[in-house]
Amino acid sequence: MSWEPRPVPSVTPETAPYWEAAADGTLLLRRCPDCELTFYYPRARCPDCLGDDVEWVEADGTGTVYAHTSTETVAAWPEEDLPLVLAYVELTEGPRMLTALQGCDPDAIEIGTSVAVTFVPTATDDVSIPVFEPIDDD
Amino acid sequence: MSTSSDATAYIAGVFEHPTREAPETSIAQLHAEVAAGALEDAGLAAADVDGYLTAGENYQVGRYPPLAMADYLGLDVSYFDSTDDGGSAYVNHVGEAASAIADGKCDVALVTLAGRMRTDERAHPEHDETIMQENFESIYGAETLPQYALAARRHMHEYGTTSEQLAEIRVAASQHAQHNEHALYQDPVTVEEVVDSRVVSDPLHLLDCCVISDGAGAFVVVSEDVRQQIDRECVEILGHAAAVDHHDAGRIDLTETAARKSGPRALSRAGVDHDDVDYVSIYDSFTITVLQTLEDLGFCEKGRGGEFVEGGTLQAPDGDLPFNTDGGGLCSNHPDRGGMTKVIEAVRQLRGEANDPVQVPEATVALAHGTGGYLGTRHAGSTAVLGRVDR
Repeated sequence: MSWEPRPVPSVTPETAPYWEAAADGTLLLRRCPDCELTFYYPRARCPDCLGDDVEWVEADGTGTVYAHTSTETVAAWPEEDLPLVLAYVELTEGPRMLTALQGCDPDAIEIGTSVAVTFVPTATDDVSIPVFEPIDDD
Repeated sequence: MSTSSDATAYIAGVFEHPTREAPETSIAQLHAEVAAGALEDAGLAAADVDGYLTAGENYQVGRYPPLAMADYLGLDVSYFDSTDDGGSAYVNHVGEAASAIADGKCDVALVTLAGRMRTDERAHPEHDETIMQENFESIYGAETLPQYALAARRHMHEYGTTSEQLAEIRVAASQHAQHNEHALYQDPVTVEEVVDSRVVSDPLHLLDCCVISDGAGAFVVVSEDVRQQIDRECVEILGHAAAVDHHDAGRIDLTETAARKSGPRALSRAGVDHDDVDYVSIYDSFTITVLQTLEDLGFCEKGRGGEFVEGGTLQAPDGDLPFNTDGGGLCSNHPDRGGMTKVIEAVRQLRGEANDPVQVPEATVALAHGTGGYLGTRHAGSTAVLGRVDR
């Protein structure tokens, strides 16, 4: 139940490393060393201090569900990929990331469910989209 | 209660277009029809207008909306503005028009909205793929409805809010809408009917959502000098404030709205307390929007909104805090930027011109709040406090 390949987001110099890393199986976040702030969505300047000394850091790729909803109709979304489970995942590094859950029974998802990132290919080889799947708690 | 804020401005005229579906009427024509209606209500003429505001609704009237509409309406204005923050825009325009008048930039500010979301629903682009941050949202299908559903989910998780409590909000709106001959949905509904309606984005049901309508509305803001020259009863703008909430770098709290910042500021500027407020217009894109807004405005403790709305609190005329007596966006009208109807119904209440069965007795102070954008990612909150001149 995964829509592939997805439409390609518009990749810009500001975001290309993010999408390309995703194509290689890595979720990147940005971090401001001055503020010690790890943030999402990626942007060229720190949203706390507006400094441009921000670095890319590899995320662990795990987190927990902060909020979720199962939606039965979404404009231009393929019917076979519905219902869509939209979610905020609170990443292990801290930021809450708006994303989607897949590979799960929507009714089995709860706030606090542990999830891990996986990547959905797009029509472009060097761009993939991070989504999340439930994992077993250890 | 007597002190009012700063320099004074007044709402002298309002008009809500009776249509809810207007496929044959251009959006510019809808603007013009409500402009004429609001000016007639105020007892003013187009030649008196020297300020003009519109959100512009996605440039549907043309590029540079205030210029396109000044041209269409034949206005000669010394002040114009087209701030567009979505649903809250026209509550913002109350404050912006009042500030422009206080600054001496104009004396008669005309404010118009028009939209055809019902007719043009499929042609209405929800996301612009070229906008960077929306790339991180539209790729996941993060449309309006599921964004508000996420907020509802989190609020239920943190505070135990129930679907039945959210349904109380729709029930109150529907009780009011039965008295509005122009309301899109005029039949009262029960809590059971709301929670038995189709789940569209869990935990939200179909009847937790507002209507989608074509429509238009306008109001006219005037200076003290102009007020003294016209016969129509004017409503005083006592205070206004706006605020934004957003991702906050990934620290977003889905249970909070910008109303917690705009509400206290607006009430403080107006010099009134919650107990002084006789009527509220609360932006009601979804039931959860109302619940969170009421909490954040301070009408009840944070997290207790569910209990607060139980038992008919919001139902006019006898509830403790009557809201959206026109039926609101939930039942009557949600024409694109819906803050316009929030302002209009507040003015009707203060003038004693609401529909008879839902007129709040001796309403002297009203609060109108708009929420623009999306609780799930970024939104604006705009609060206006209005009062009778003879309060």
